[in-house]
Order: sequence, then C-alpha cells, then structure tokens
Amino acid sequence: MGWFDRFTGGRKPPDPSDLWKKCPKCSEILLQKDLERNLFLCGKCDHHLRMPVWDRIALLTDDNSFLEIDQEMESVDALGFVDSAPYPERLQKAIQATDSFEAVTCGEAHLEGLPILLAVMNFEFMGGSMGSVVGEKVTRLIERGLEKRHPVICVSASGGARMQEGIFSLMQMAKTSAAIARLNAAAVPYISILTDPTTGGVSASFASLGDVNIAEPDALIGFAGPRVIEQTIRQKLPDGFQKSEFLLQHGMVDMVVHRRHLKTTLGRLLHLWA
Amino acid sequence: MTREFEFERPIVELEKRLKDLQALSEDGQIDLSREIQAIADKIALMKAEIFKSLEPWQYAQIARHIDRPSTLDYLKILCGDSFVELHGDRLFGDDAAMVAGFGRIGPHAVAVIGHQKGHDTDENLFRNFGMPHPEGYRKAMRVMRLAERFKKPIVIFIDTPGAFPGIGAEERGQSEAIARNLADMSRLGVPILCFVIGEGGSGGALAVGIGDRVFMLEYSIYSVISAEGCAAILWKDASRAKDAARALRLRATDLLEFGIIDQILPEPVGGAHRDPAATAATIRATILEHLAALLPLSADELLARRYAKFRAMGRYKVQDDAEIPA
Repeated sequence: MGWFDRFTGGRKPPDPSDLWKKCPKCSEILLQKDLERNLFLCGKCDHHLRMPVWDRIALLTDDNSFLEIDQEMESVDALGFVDSAPYPERLQKAIQATDSFEAVTCGEAHLEGLPILLAVMNFEFMGGSMGSVVGEKVTRLIERGLEKRHPVICVSASGGARMQEGIFSLMQMAKTSAAIARLNAAAVPYISILTDPTTGGVSASFASLGDVNIAEPDALIGFAGPRVIEQTIRQKLPDGFQKSEFLLQHGMVDMVVHRRHLKTTLGRLLHLWA
Repeated sequence: MTREFEFERPIVELEKRLKDLQALSEDGQIDLSREIQAIADKIALMKAEIFKSLEPWQYAQIARHIDRPSTLDYLKILCGDSFVELHGDRLFGDDAAMVAGFGRIGPHAVAVIGHQKGHDTDENLFRNFGMPHPEGYRKAMRVMRLAERFKKPIVIFIDTPGAFPGIGAEERGQSEAIARNLADMSRLGVPILCFVIGEGGSGGALAVGIGDRVFMLEYSIYSVISAEGCAAILWKDASRAKDAARALRLRATDLLEFGIIDQILPEPVGGAHRDPAATAATIRATILEHLAALLPLSADELLARRYAKFRAMGRYKVQDDAEIPA
C-alpha cells in the first residue's frame, strides 16, 4: 500500500477484537473508543497503555503541524534471513498490520510554537526493532535537526536491534549515537522520551543519550530483558525492577512524566533553552 | 595440551600415529621416514581441508576456545614490560572483564583497551567471562579520554559474549554506559584501531568498537546477538544455534562483504591458539601500517572520516528505488 492510501481511506474496517482491550495492569476491559479519547490511559487505574504512533504525534505536536519525512523508506533482506518464516514475509505482515513501512515515523512539526523534529517508534511493527531503516531515519532526522538547529525529540518503544538484519542492525546503534554526539557538540537540544518498553539496542543507543531523558510512568526500560537476566543470574528480580520509577531512583532518567503533562513539560524545557 | 574440537578429531588421531611412528623410527631399528612424511603431508592436507570448510557455528566455537589468546596474552607479546595497567572508572569500581592501560607497540606509545576472558574456570569467574558491567565501559572511556588528552592513539581488542545482564548492571546504567561510549568514541580526536580477536558480542562489543579501522581475526565472530540467543528467540529453541549462526552471517568474511570491517587478519591453521606469537605478529604489523596512515591526519579529518564510515552502514530502499548498498 502506498503512503497516500494511509491518508485516503486505505485503512481496513476494524476487526471486532480491535474494539476493546484489557488493561495489562488491572485487567479492566477498556473500549477502544474510550482509549482513543483518553490518550490510551486506563480509565480505572490510569495505566499508560502503548499509544499508537499517530495518536502520539497528535499528543505532542501543534495541530496540523506535523509533516512526515522519509516515509517511503523500506527495509531490505540483506542477509537472506530465514527463521521460522523468511524476513520479507515478516516485513509484509508488519506493514499490513500497522499501515506503515517501518517501526519509526519521523517528521518536522511544531510544539507550543517551536519548530521541532520528532521521531516516534511503533512497537507494533516487529517489536519496534531497529534495523537499517530505523537507524537511517533517526539519523537523518538528527542531521536535519543539526542543519536547521531545531531541537530533536525521539519517542522510543522498542525491544532492541532487529535480529533479521544481523550486524547491520547493530551498527545502527553506532550511527545514531554518533549523530547525537554531533548534535551535542553543536548545542542543539535532544530530548529522549522512553515509553513501554525500551530495551536492548535502542535503549543502549539514542534512547539513553537525551540531554534530558523523560520516561512515561511504569514503562519497562533497560538493557537486557528481565527474562534474560533471570535466566543468567537464576534469581527472581525485585518488584519494580527496570520500571521508570526504578530508573529515576538510579539517576538514569530526569523525570517520570504523566502522558497528560508530556507536551507542556517539553514546551517548558524547550522555551527555557530557546 | 591444547584442547581439540570434534571436527579436529581425525587430525588428532593422525598426529598420534605420527608421534608413534616417530618414536619407533628413533629407536633406529627401521627406516620409517617415508611413512612419516606421508602422514605429515596427510595431516597438513586434512587441516587445510577441514578448516577451509568449517561451518559458521564451528567458527563460533573456535572464537570462544578457552585457549584462544586473550587481550592480556596479546599485550604481553605486543607491549612486553612497557604495559601499565590502569584500574577503575572513578565512579563505582574496577571491572576485571575490561582491561585498560598504556603501553608501547613498536615506536608508538598507545592506549590499549580490551575485554578480558579467562583460560580456566577460576579466571573466568574473576573476569566474569569477559562480560563487562557499566564500570568496565566507563573505565575504558576514561582511559580513552586520557589518550586523547595526551594525543596517543588507541588500540582496542574486542572479545566478549556481550555486556553482562544482571541487576547491578541495570542499576548502574548498562544502557547509558554503552550508548555514551558509542557517542563519545565517535568524537575522540586520536586514531582508534579495533581488533575483534574472539567474540564480538553485540552492544557489549560495539561499546568499544567505534574505530577508524575495524579488523577481525579470521576465526573471530561479530554479531548482533549470540547464535544461542537468536535461536532461543526466533526458533524458540536454543539447540537451533547452528542454524542461527548460519543465518546471522557472523564470520569475518561476511562482515568484510557487508563493508562493516576493513580487513581480515589471517590466523595460523587451526586457529590463533595454535600459535599466539604468529597471530600477535600479524596484529603488530597491522597496527604499525595503519597508524602510519592515520597519524598524519588532523583530528577534524579523523572525525569526519570516522563519522562517514559508520554513517554509511545499513541497507534499505526508498520505494521503487534500487537498494542502497552499504
């Protein structure tokens, strides 16, 4: 499906099972309609559910200010990777399921009147994994920020590197981090927003390098996944381990911010630095 | 005695027979020189054959061989008594899985940094099997900054299963430590040479892998995830590691083809552990050759080239366009 269809009714009619979700925290049954109206917060326990990309963009940007860039970039199967299914097949499935070509959407926008560059990751697209396209799009966005001297904001949600792209995935960590180092040297602000979940190669590259790191409440954030750690050390992990509040306590994020206050928090910071 | 692999068994058998014949021959009773020569030839041929047709999984086994020369083994040969080891990240502790210091290689005073594995269980426990905590990466970065201040080039040996996944590592910011190194290494104004000498395990390897040149020893591996980890996740079966090793394309030849590394350094037949001195000599010659090329460059030029090098890594297409190669 072409990018244009996404704006002109290429969307499928909703599956009945898409009409409701269960809150992963309190198991409350939540209507999709209510979730959309309520910023994907649980109406009962206020748990922050994963937020779809376009809702996130609407949340953080001024009305109609977002202009997508690099939307047509697509992954290729450089390794000829086959596990239980060939990689191109998995990609096609993800493209159809998410209506987007890759696990990150990038664009120029305004936030409380200030021009920004925004990247939003999509966990629904192969676990938000970073392959060549995610790395390239994020790097291009950062370079654009450097060129225009506009602040860059990345909203992460990712299980880490995309195994199907092997060593190319790993090198995206180097590429994105080097681009941020240039941004730092030029004193252009970079803010990282960590949402549930942010782990592995994304956590160990651009998501941890913000001048300011902001986490959403109760998000899983860490280098290694909890299961891997449990298997390695053969110990049960403490409650709240690798959750946003744990990271705040250990000095890894500057603040844990409720979704409702995210945009105003960003606005206050950026205006102070403008 | 060097421990051998399953696929080396036929060679070991023949080597035993060769020894027996040589012993017999030394008794002086019978002349076995022709038989001995024949077996020696056969061994050489068989070695060449076997090591030419190894599976990726077998490369991984050689890369992890417990006798495979480690960072400190190479430093002993390359720097001799000139090596001064430095300890600690000045923030939390000292990580034995990462060694760092200064030494002399040929005419050059250099900073040397590397993951450190052990050659037996005790040593491996002390070295945490070469899996650093955040303090290891921060120590490495501290010494690299010293190198930059004193204008000394940096030589790095990569040999780790990966960054350690543990509670303390997460509490102290394993992600941040790795990410910070990736960013800061890209801005260090002195030449950086990286050598993958064994296992290049994911982010834990890359965190000291941002070099102006990246070399791999012939039987070393470098991948985004271990074959076992990949098999466990994608096949839901860790015993499919052989398939995962093939799919991941983790050999030096693969990475050279992909433009990720600059050069493959040949190892002695049978692997580096069969002749560490010869392997070290290859590494030394490579260091001298490439420092000669890089030292004349200004810091700005170095940084521009280093950025461009990693910037170009990745393969993707823009709709309906041809694939953009790495």
